[in-house]
Amino acid sequence: MSRESILAALRQSEPPDPGLPEIEGRWQHFDDRATRFAAALEGAGGRCIRVPARPRIAAELQGLEAFRQARRRASVVDGLGDPNVSLGDLDDPRRLADVGFALLPGSLAVAESGAVWVDASDYLHRAVLFLPEHLGLVVRVPDLVDTLHQAYERIRFEGVGFGCFLAGPSKTADIEQALVIGAHGARSVTVFLVGRS
Amino acid sequence: MTHAERAALFAAEPGRSAWHDEALWSVRQRRDEAVRALPEWGRLVELAGQLKAHTLARLPDYLEQFESEATARGAVVHWAKDAAEHNRIVLGLLEERRVERVAKSKSMLTEECGLNPYLEARGIEVIDTDLGERIVQLRNEAPSHIVLPAIHLKRTEIGALFHEHLGTPAGESEPAALVAAARQDLRRRFLSAQAGITGVNFGIAETGGIVVCTNEGNADLGTSLPPLHIASMGIEKLIPRLADLSVFLRLLARSATGQPITAYTSHFHGPRPDAELHIVLVDNGRSALRAREAVREALHCIRCGACMNTCPVFRYGGGHAYGATIPGPIGSVLEPAKHPQHHASLPFACSGCGACGGVCPVGIDLPQQLQSLRAESGPQRGAMGLRAMSFAMRGRRRYALATGVMRLAQRLLPRLVIERMARGWTRDRALPQAARESFRSWWQKQERGR
Repeated sequence: MSRESILAALRQSEPPDPGLPEIEGRWQHFDDRATRFAAALEGAGGRCIRVPARPRIAAELQGLEAFRQARRRASVVDGLGDPNVSLGDLDDPRRLADVGFALLPGSLAVAESGAVWVDASDYLHRAVLFLPEHLGLVVRVPDLVDTLHQAYERIRFEGVGFGCFLAGPSKTADIEQALVIGAHGARSVTVFLVGRS
Repeated sequence: MTHAERAALFAAEPGRSAWHDEALWSVRQRRDEAVRALPEWGRLVELAGQLKAHTLARLPDYLEQFESEATARGAVVHWAKDAAEHNRIVLGLLEERRVERVAKSKSMLTEECGLNPYLEARGIEVIDTDLGERIVQLRNEAPSHIVLPAIHLKRTEIGALFHEHLGTPAGESEPAALVAAARQDLRRRFLSAQAGITGVNFGIAETGGIVVCTNEGNADLGTSLPPLHIASMGIEKLIPRLADLSVFLRLLARSATGQPITAYTSHFHGPRPDAELHIVLVDNGRSALRAREAVREALHCIRCGACMNTCPVFRYGGGHAYGATIPGPIGSVLEPAKHPQHHASLPFACSGCGACGGVCPVGIDLPQQLQSLRAESGPQRGAMGLRAMSFAMRGRRRYALATGVMRLAQRLLPRLVIERMARGWTRDRALPQAARESFRSWWQKQERGR
């Protein structure tokens, strides 16, 4: 069997082992993570809207053309996003194809890069991260971290699961290095950053 | 054909080389800006190199750990000793489920294994979904770059291609319009695909998870709709712990395109509800490479492409000149190390400038590896001239005599004769005129004049 022959071949040589290093260093630090996060997200083609408290998001959503024009909307954020598509009722994720706007919770976000961690382990259809035309993400200010090093201190995978860092909308520069937003996934990503820093 | 012969074909079209050089240099500059903005870059490179060396040293143990963790989370792990076995395993999985249409995301490993033609010959439609890969697939070409597969093409060429295949208006070459057409076409294909195939950027021994990075979200769409996800993973893609990702992800996109992170970084741990995840671990020459000290470090590569964007030979000669799955400096180490008979000219596709070693985010000493591969291949054409030069430079009198003769020859012999002697060096540039007098004799005169 190839498994045994590959492992046996690998065990025939013993490259030097420098040991497993601790991930330690003097990492970037931001006094104002929220401002840095918003700037990084914009650099990634996304948009950050700061709101003092969660209920305010409803009004901000109404201000988004992508949200107003979406005929079908999905939401994984309790009480927000005005959904008319229920993920739990769909037997086939392909039926998310014409969803215009989806609102999802981000459990943490990274100031250095504008990336938001969406844990979809409990979602019936993780396609809701990728198929809708436009995405809204809800992140709390206390869930902002400086860099990926702190992010991975918080990320856990118990059992079966799926999580994704989303940094702005889908994009490509495959034609003559010209940046085009909206390759396959969401054409826009709006992050609602909740709370004061 | 050798690398030099293929590069000459690429360069034959006036302006093509300079245009290609400029495109890649702009990517290199974006990388430089991103790196300069990160004070801890050096520390990250150091950690990445150590993590890779450690994983490689303990690879069989980590592979077993990965297998047992991935299995515990519901994935099925397969082992393939070579490309043929990899392709058989993938075909078997697809045939058992009567799959006829596959959405594939970018994977240099499946390119290496020749998976597409293998499956197509057996009646399975494989659609590459990364835009650049889709473009080269429609042209029946291989990618010319591992991160920017269609970097060798101009927008007008892509416009003509899309006009033919996707029905865009004739003459349309605006990138936004072309991307919109591709999005529409590929959406339809995503929705009808019965399986998704992806590569793997990182496999995590600790959790049995796999991580895939894209900017387009194509790997994610390709795997979140159909009931089968097959992930092809080279055995060197392993890292020990989840937290190690923080090091590699901070390096990868910055080195590749100058972005702090890709738009999508998906972490798969086991299959979706009611779906299957199969991970195919592929050796295909990697264990042999690992046993060779001189080239072992090349297995640390995280496929960012920075060495290609930096390399003057790549920038002027194009990626197809390498005639190999992985082009550029890293390909010039990996490919001849695996298949010396096919890729003998690649270690010589090098000006010796050393720039590739300076930008590698995992600290692979590419210049040293290329040099050792050149040394292994024995004496080369032109070695006589080099030996003569080495002899002349080893003594003051010899040097003075040799340069004196050359100076005289350049003045007395017809230019054509001189250029013949200089061989390829004068094809695209003039031989500089030697000074009438040597520095040494000029200096002596100055001293005497004081």
